[in-house]
Amino acid sequence: MAKNVLRLEDVTMQFGGVIAVNNLTMEINEGEIVALIGPNGAGKTTAFNAITGVYEPTNGAVYFNDELLVTNYPQGKMKKLYAGENHGKYTHRVSHTPDYITKKGIARTFQNIRLFKSMTVFENVLTAMHLRKTSNLFSATFRANRKEEAQMRKDTEELLKIVELYDVKDELATSLPYGKQRKLEIARALATQPTLLLLDEPAAGMNPQETEELTAFIRWVREKFNLTIFLIEHHMNLVMDISDRIYVIDFGKQIAQGVPAEIQRNQKVIDAYLGVDEDE
Amino acid sequence: MGKTLQNRQENKLRYLPAIIALSVLYIVLLLLDNVLPANTFTLMLIPVLRKGAIYSLVCVSMNLLNGFTGLFSLGQAGFMLIGAYVYAIFSIPADQHAAVYQYFEGGAIQFSIPEMLGNVLGTNAGNFLGAIICIIIAGAVAAVFAALIGIPVLRLKSDYLAIATLGFAEILRAVFQWNGLGAITNGSNLLRKYTTFTDMNLQLGSITIKLHSLFPFLIAMLSILFIVLLINSTYGRAFKAIRDDEVAAEAMGINLFRHKMYAFIVSSFFAGVGGALLAMFQTTIQAAAFKTAMTYEILLMVVIGGIGSVSGSCIAAFLYIACSEWWLRFLDSGSFLGITVPFFRDGFRKVVFSVIIMVIVLFFSRGIMGDKELSFRGLISKLQKKSKKKEEADNG
Amino acid sequence: MSAFLEANLPYILAGISVGGQYALIAIGYTMVYGILRLINFAHGDVFMVAGLVMVYTTASLPIYISIPIVLVATVILGLLIERVAYKPLRTAPRMSVMISAIGVSYLLQNCALYFTGGLPQIYPEIPFLSESITILGATTKWVTVITPFLTIILVVLLVLLINHTKIGMAMRAVSKDFETSQLMGIRINSVISVTFAIGCFLAAVGSLLYFSNYTSVIPTSGAMPGLKAFVAAVFGGIGSIPGAVIGAFIIGICENIIKGIGWTTFSDAFTFVLLIVILLVKPTGIFGEKTTDKV
Repeated sequence: MAKNVLRLEDVTMQFGGVIAVNNLTMEINEGEIVALIGPNGAGKTTAFNAITGVYEPTNGAVYFNDELLVTNYPQGKMKKLYAGENHGKYTHRVSHTPDYITKKGIARTFQNIRLFKSMTVFENVLTAMHLRKTSNLFSATFRANRKEEAQMRKDTEELLKIVELYDVKDELATSLPYGKQRKLEIARALATQPTLLLLDEPAAGMNPQETEELTAFIRWVREKFNLTIFLIEHHMNLVMDISDRIYVIDFGKQIAQGVPAEIQRNQKVIDAYLGVDEDE
Repeated sequence: MGKTLQNRQENKLRYLPAIIALSVLYIVLLLLDNVLPANTFTLMLIPVLRKGAIYSLVCVSMNLLNGFTGLFSLGQAGFMLIGAYVYAIFSIPADQHAAVYQYFEGGAIQFSIPEMLGNVLGTNAGNFLGAIICIIIAGAVAAVFAALIGIPVLRLKSDYLAIATLGFAEILRAVFQWNGLGAITNGSNLLRKYTTFTDMNLQLGSITIKLHSLFPFLIAMLSILFIVLLINSTYGRAFKAIRDDEVAAEAMGINLFRHKMYAFIVSSFFAGVGGALLAMFQTTIQAAAFKTAMTYEILLMVVIGGIGSVSGSCIAAFLYIACSEWWLRFLDSGSFLGITVPFFRDGFRKVVFSVIIMVIVLFFSRGIMGDKELSFRGLISKLQKKSKKKEEADNG
Repeated sequence: MSAFLEANLPYILAGISVGGQYALIAIGYTMVYGILRLINFAHGDVFMVAGLVMVYTTASLPIYISIPIVLVATVILGLLIERVAYKPLRTAPRMSVMISAIGVSYLLQNCALYFTGGLPQIYPEIPFLSESITILGATTKWVTVITPFLTIILVVLLVLLINHTKIGMAMRAVSKDFETSQLMGIRINSVISVTFAIGCFLAAVGSLLYFSNYTSVIPTSGAMPGLKAFVAAVFGGIGSIPGAVIGAFIIGICENIIKGIGWTTFSDAFTFVLLIVILLVKPTGIFGEKTTDKV
């Protein structure tokens, strides 16, 4: 049995009266590439945000390397309003800001590219190395951290070389072509030295050729950096090609899981995507 | 190996033009104070230079927040107020307390740091060191207040942060004017008689060298140097990341609150230092002067210089002070080059000035420097390019 | 309780009155913020200019002509500011627009300084408004009594306008979603102009009432009332008109009671303490709606 990297238990995310993620339970094992798919508005990105600390789940728990990372239960106004399952199963609250979770080893990219727009490619990656600094404000200002800074710069250069962005390192990040911006976002996430990488629609807006290159790149990144990868994607070719396992959610609820071949044959999944004809 | 050696030499040479320029500047300042005769020109120039240096520091400290960290804070005048008062309170000579705090029975604090040091080291050295210590205390107190105010307000977003910091500055102003604290702050009355720039002298045997203008430049430059080094460190990159995209910065492991707090505290420390220098410059201070309008003025200087440019802020501060106190004076005086113009009367200068500012805000919103920095290297390479182009043009 | 009321009646009356005047300014802030997400820092100065226009027009014209001129001139000034200083920056970052607003505020104050020569201008006595009246033993001006009623009438009219006319519907749509309403064919620019016109009209009315009480106008007269009115708008939940009005009355009354108990130094600071408390406890204000950022 492979080691559990990420485990979601009954994660529910309710905004007001809307349940965006409903009782999601899933696990991702070491070294796997797992995809989360579902129609638009199914709650995929919300699930990502609940893992990375952008949102606090309303109920449920997230474990990272078998360590409790986030947990919550309906409280305050939600106590009455809560319409999800497992009310009362969770009794305490553990909550962290996104930076803490990144430091723990979960890095992510964003659906709508969020690069630091005033910075060059090099600076974008270098900034992401900030979390490993040991200097404080004064030692950094008075340059007592020369060695560390030099190491950070060297590592940045190396990382850019292996992801083949070194030749554009001094260009403004936002001036890169779209595909390279996506790649840079992944490189920036890698700079935080994660063990688990969350990719939010990495192939959005790409043409078939770019998508194919990206597929190879993701695979290569996993090998190279010994990563576990969890991704959200709409390009079915990419998903079926790359994933070891797939989870499908619709209206926040898990409707299927399994290896790509099973998912392709699953009637519920086909219905969710194509819609069910009521008259039939 | 050969390459690194060359690099090292180049690195040493890199600062040479800057060092030469600075030396020239300091010599000019010394000449101005000690050798050149006091005429209408130097009498205008000297205060403009001193005040310009002080405002450069204040603008750069505001730029650290608004330009580099993306926090729209309008509390600058409040932190300057703290700095000015703390400086003055600790440097009023003991025998002047009765006169200054005449309504508060001589006040609560009965010592003066420059005086105490003066008793040990001699008057001049005591004044110099004492002033520096008081300035550091002034900055530190402003920084402590910033830390306390920051805990609640830094959680607020853009315009709410602006209005909350503005509110805190107004509250501070009221507190400093409150008679209940009169024994320390002298209530709504002036603070005066404390150590000023004219007390900064160097005694070499029988010769006294005046450091009156050198002193503000020295303090402002060291402070700005600190801020520049900070901006170019890994923390500075984190600040810029927060400015560019808070969500992404957080996802890259940058703790938003902590880093915003760092920027806020450092900025306020130097606003406090700037306030202390302003107190020295003005020789008297009163809380009533540190209004919101002062913050607005500093913000406008930052905008003119370019949000996100340290050298821009400095250039803008000197230009602004020179225009408002010197070059545009004729607009108030009623005549220009001997011609009497009827609408040139008191206040016209400020009207012209605010129109210029509006033009900059609307049509040149990047300001003088944008987010670029002025550097000798850049200047030199630009000149080289120009001459090369000229050569090419000549040849072709 | 009744002893407290009796002792503080003049202050409470003054508070209600000044609260109404703040309310009239606050509406301008809250409506502009609702639509443009802009703190119109120049609004307080527009209010001050309205006061100065009154001073100058009454110098040569009778009151009944001056008042309409003041109202019209203030509205024109507001529209002009919007056209020149805010419209070109519609796609610029929010910070630039706010800086532009601060620039306009600086310009208006400096122009006022130039025209007045820095001397306080005595505000004309408006017949009836400036006359004295005695209520329950407290002597005050008629303006004190009239302000709250006039404010409430104007607010009711405004709410009717917003809820029952086409332009009102457009304003609500724009404040909900700027881009979408643009796509739906609403002429954004005319909606914004109407918003500024209403805001400035109310500020002009507010200035007539406020300066009748305070007797003189100086270039910085608008700054403090402006900030307080903005705080009132935040307190009531920015974007909400009833919220702004209630917030303004609360601030006006509290401020005057504080003056009454002898803490005049803190009467201004109190407003900001209130602001900070509300921002920390309930940043959306009493009537504000919650918005969530999308990641």
